[in-house]
Amino acid sequence: MSNLLITPPPSRWARFWASPLGDSLRGNPVALVALLVFSVIVVLALLAPVIAPFDPYDPTQIDIMNSDLPPFWIPGAEPQFVLGSDDQGRDMWSAILYGTRLSLMIGLAAVALQATLGIAIGLAAGYLGGRVDSLLMRLADIQLSFSTLMLAIVVLAVTHAMWGAAVFDRYAVVAVIAVIGLAEWPQYARTLRATVLAERQKEYVDSARVLGFGPLRIMLRHILPNAMSPIFVISTVQVGNAIIAEASLSFLGLGLPASQPSLGALIASGFDYIFAGSWWITALPGGVLVVLVLVINLLGDWLRDALNPRLYKV
Amino acid sequence: MIAYLVKRLVQGIAVMLVISALGFAIQSHLGDPLRDLVGQSLGQDAQQQLRQDLGLDDPYWAQYVRFLGRVMQGDLGTSLFFDEPALQVILKKLPATLELVFAATVIIVLLSVPLGVYTAIRPHAILSRVIMGLSVLGISTPVFLTAILMISVFSVGYGWLPAFGRGDAVPVWGYWETNFASLDGLSHILLPSVALAAIMLPMFIRLIRAEMLEVLQSDYVKYARAKGLHPLRIYYVHALKNTLMPVITLGGVQIGTMVAYTILTETVFQWPGMGFMFLEAVNRADTPLIVAYLIVVGLIFVLTNTLVDLIYALVNPTVKLARMGA
Repeated sequence: MSNLLITPPPSRWARFWASPLGDSLRGNPVALVALLVFSVIVVLALLAPVIAPFDPYDPTQIDIMNSDLPPFWIPGAEPQFVLGSDDQGRDMWSAILYGTRLSLMIGLAAVALQATLGIAIGLAAGYLGGRVDSLLMRLADIQLSFSTLMLAIVVLAVTHAMWGAAVFDRYAVVAVIAVIGLAEWPQYARTLRATVLAERQKEYVDSARVLGFGPLRIMLRHILPNAMSPIFVISTVQVGNAIIAEASLSFLGLGLPASQPSLGALIASGFDYIFAGSWWITALPGGVLVVLVLVINLLGDWLRDALNPRLYKV
Repeated sequence: MIAYLVKRLVQGIAVMLVISALGFAIQSHLGDPLRDLVGQSLGQDAQQQLRQDLGLDDPYWAQYVRFLGRVMQGDLGTSLFFDEPALQVILKKLPATLELVFAATVIIVLLSVPLGVYTAIRPHAILSRVIMGLSVLGISTPVFLTAILMISVFSVGYGWLPAFGRGDAVPVWGYWETNFASLDGLSHILLPSVALAAIMLPMFIRLIRAEMLEVLQSDYVKYARAKGLHPLRIYYVHALKNTLMPVITLGGVQIGTMVAYTILTETVFQWPGMGFMFLEAVNRADTPLIVAYLIVVGLIFVLTNTLVDLIYALVNPTVKLARMGA
């Protein structure tokens, strides 16, 4: 009988909540609220196809007669368009849900690309040392001094001119992810390299080597786990930056097309109508964008304080 | 010092060569100069003859060397849209951008130093918390959104300030017209420069604060306190001096970002500068102008970066110039 009284093992969430990280979260209301808001935005964005009343990608659901309707708290609103509609008659609430999903997806994919590239280069530079190391780090310096946004604008502008708008729009998502993903690897590489240089002196690396493990296994299975906290902190901030970069590019017309709008493309399409008084077409997606990036940055600040990793300054 | 300077110059020239090679590659892959010249009116043989006469059949490196020679003489091609030398088009737009960057820099310097120092010496004051909170908000807001917000509040909403253009710029010398000489000019430059400053400001406030917090713990500051020096003298003369090094470094790293932000800001405010011109050139597929912009911006970028490094070396007495030059 006593077997039945055994308490079930704590859930993943309970274990996180009891860990030092969870402890610091409990003492930090700002981070807690940020985490909550971020989770809500992510869930809504993921569920966009389920909860959105319209499909903004489907031209047959858009009726020009419904254009320029204000959100529900302003007289003249239609009940089926909760947050109003844009200049083409697209439902703002649906467009924002899909746009947030797209912005988040591009941000995460770009950062995944950055991290893969940066971690590989950082590990290689730190472990191999010598001439490879100095060459890679010199490249990182040069790459950093050209700003990512500038580089992205130039590359996408040239691609845009070369391919023409029609072809460019089709591959816009891939192009934007590739440009933001390829430009920011030094952020990871420099921190990873510093970690490898500090860790490779330690005894567990020596003992792994004595056991006969190859360099690839030592780097990935033994050294990399010790670099996880800086990777977490960098990744959080980088997702925010990537979302801003994507929005800026889309605003300039060098990112996603108006037919497949991210948050930045929505803001851009509304900008022309500000002077006509339809402020909500710009303000609502703009507000979502700022809140999304703000909570990501707040979480990044909290992670930095809680994990306190050694980061590369400037 | 001279060895260091030479090394920096060689590095700058190398970067410029790479940029010009990129520019050449773009120019030679976008469009066909022969078709621009004669259209369909010439027969095959005559076209081939003209192609040879113009040197379009030469190997790439030979064409690149010729391209480089023209660039050295200031010939960056002719803008397809303006039908003017591309360099001249850019030089006409340059003052507007430089004035915008100058105004934003003045705002950043005037605000970031006192705010950064204040939040460091009173870290728990309510005002400090407000400043730090606003700085996170500032970092999270893209520059074009700040600009749009300011237009919709101050131009569309209240109608206090103009929403676009340079307004009544006063001619000074050559292509240079200034916004700082008339009330109308100042009212036009206010919103764009504040928008541009707002995106860069938080970074500098946070950096100055972090460095000040570190410096204020050091022995020499404690000693200055013990000597009974006035706190303002300690903060602004003794401590601030030692926070400048990282600030200069950050400034150098941010030059490229600043150029990107001018493109965004100028686009929102239709500010007739280089950034707005570049985006229009992209939309019009004006290849020579795009290439010329890249080369001019690359040159400005290399010059300012070299300058920042030199200032850094001069300001920081611990930089061993001899060793860095070696």
